[in-house]
Amino acid sequence: MNKNQRTPQKIFSQIGSWITNILATLLALLWSVPVIWALVASFRPANDPMSRGDVWFSTHLTVENYTRAWSLAPFGQYYINTIIVVLMILAVQLITIVLAGFAFANYEFFGKGWIFFFVLLQMMIPTSALLAPNFSTIRVMGIFDTRLAIAIPYFGSAFGTFLMRQAFISVPRDLVDAGVIDGCSWWQLILHVYLPPSIPSLIAFGLSSATWHWNEFLWPLIITISEKSRPLTAGLVRFTQLGEIGAQWSLLTAATLMVAAPLFIVFLIFQRRFIQSFVHSGLK
Amino acid sequence: MSAQTTRKQFKPLPYILILPTAAFVALFTAWPVLLSIYQSFFRQRMNIARFREPTYIGLDNYIELFTDPYFIQVIKNTLTYVLGTVPISIVLGFLFALLVNRKVRGIGLFRLAFFHPMVLPMVSAATIWLFLFTPDYGLFNTALRFLGYSGPENWTGNPHLALLSVVIVAVWKNSGYYMVFYLAGLQNLPVDVYEAAALDGANGWQTLWKITFPLLRRTTVFIAIVAFIDSFRTVDHIFVLTSGGPSRSSTVLLFELWLERFEFQDIGISAAITVIFVIVLLAFTITNFITSERKEV
Repeated sequence: MNKNQRTPQKIFSQIGSWITNILATLLALLWSVPVIWALVASFRPANDPMSRGDVWFSTHLTVENYTRAWSLAPFGQYYINTIIVVLMILAVQLITIVLAGFAFANYEFFGKGWIFFFVLLQMMIPTSALLAPNFSTIRVMGIFDTRLAIAIPYFGSAFGTFLMRQAFISVPRDLVDAGVIDGCSWWQLILHVYLPPSIPSLIAFGLSSATWHWNEFLWPLIITISEKSRPLTAGLVRFTQLGEIGAQWSLLTAATLMVAAPLFIVFLIFQRRFIQSFVHSGLK
Repeated sequence: MSAQTTRKQFKPLPYILILPTAAFVALFTAWPVLLSIYQSFFRQRMNIARFREPTYIGLDNYIELFTDPYFIQVIKNTLTYVLGTVPISIVLGFLFALLVNRKVRGIGLFRLAFFHPMVLPMVSAATIWLFLFTPDYGLFNTALRFLGYSGPENWTGNPHLALLSVVIVAVWKNSGYYMVFYLAGLQNLPVDVYEAAALDGANGWQTLWKITFPLLRRTTVFIAIVAFIDSFRTVDHIFVLTSGGPSRSSTVLLFELWLERFEFQDIGISAAITVIFVIVLLAFTITNFITSERKEV
């Protein structure tokens, strides 16, 4: 892989790497300004109104906006709800996708192609397109306005099943045969033969699942109605629409960044892994 | 017992292992599609007493939708939104990938700059942009004025600019995501082709357009599918920025679906929109699948 990186670099040495550098720097700055500016605004004193020409820095910076936002809406409860939903989805998904991925990779059985196609339907029709009928289903199940209701449509994952199947298929058949000869049961095969080399795929799926569900908004918005189940994203939008807040941008940006912060910090720490995961999960 | 015989015997085990996944897909993907098809043939409105019980009306819901100038407007908005976000995000993603695919100190910082919006929730991204779009002192307008712009400043509240402001946020958020796929594609390109091109005296632009881009065709097709589906299923920023307005100028298909079902409580119409939605998505995916399969042969 390292060798290959030289080639596109050649192109750039020809075009002129300084043009590339300037362009890259300008675009990178342009792309970073929104978050940086929101960060600055969130630390500005609330009684220091924004106005034309007074953009970047004020007399002093404060965390008061964060504490006020925290006290104006039950963000603590929102955090708990989001974390529980994300972990619940992840826990169930990891089991369902490993089992299904294993079945599709390891066995030949009647109807395999059709069943696989059926599962893949979920990738072609995103759940958000089906929010109206799914809302009815949740009402019928009697779990409206619960964290389970937010999570349950995602318990089976076509994408994860596909990913694990791909990972399991690339495990050498000899290894599997050896495991079978040694008398491994099906779950021992999964644990000792299939899973160890497939951990990167599992992590990749886990990171993209966690990101996706931490950030999800529309489904939680319609399926929750009370603070006991409302996640951060829906809580944030509710917060921005509170009458008493209006255009207090220092307060709003503080709340906004608070919602994004945990995932963002995890991302900063595991940046390489994160980006690789997205590549990995997308290209397999 | 060898793996070969394991494969040939009939065993219930594989079905049992797939059952959890298949059951959830059945309940939350297959069943809702069937339910929507059924409901789309009925008139049922929960907020009007005499329409609360479903009445069979055949294709009337579909006829009503396609003769409603307002729904036609929604379709136009959706097309504008999709054509506004998908190609631009892909081109930018490709450009970003070229820019950051270098072994230079600190290149990670550039990747971070382009990729970080992807990690933000769309509602956070949109709230930040609502702040940037603020008339008068908002950074977006300040920057535009600096560049000589003197047009209207209330981007999210102007019927001609509202959809554009939604597009801007989507492009800002997604381009870095597509960059990542191109980056992976670039790093897997065969070296010998480039060496041959260099020997033949190809310059940078020729190499880029005649070799790099064609070699990344599959990556581009893949990104186009992801981008297309994503542009249909994400309306979070519309909730924050414009609520579909003003005068519904930024209402796209999914937002319209939400309005009909949860604001107007119209089960029949929202079911019909769901069916249309599913047909569009399936048609796109299947077309793509067929054409890409053909080209591979």
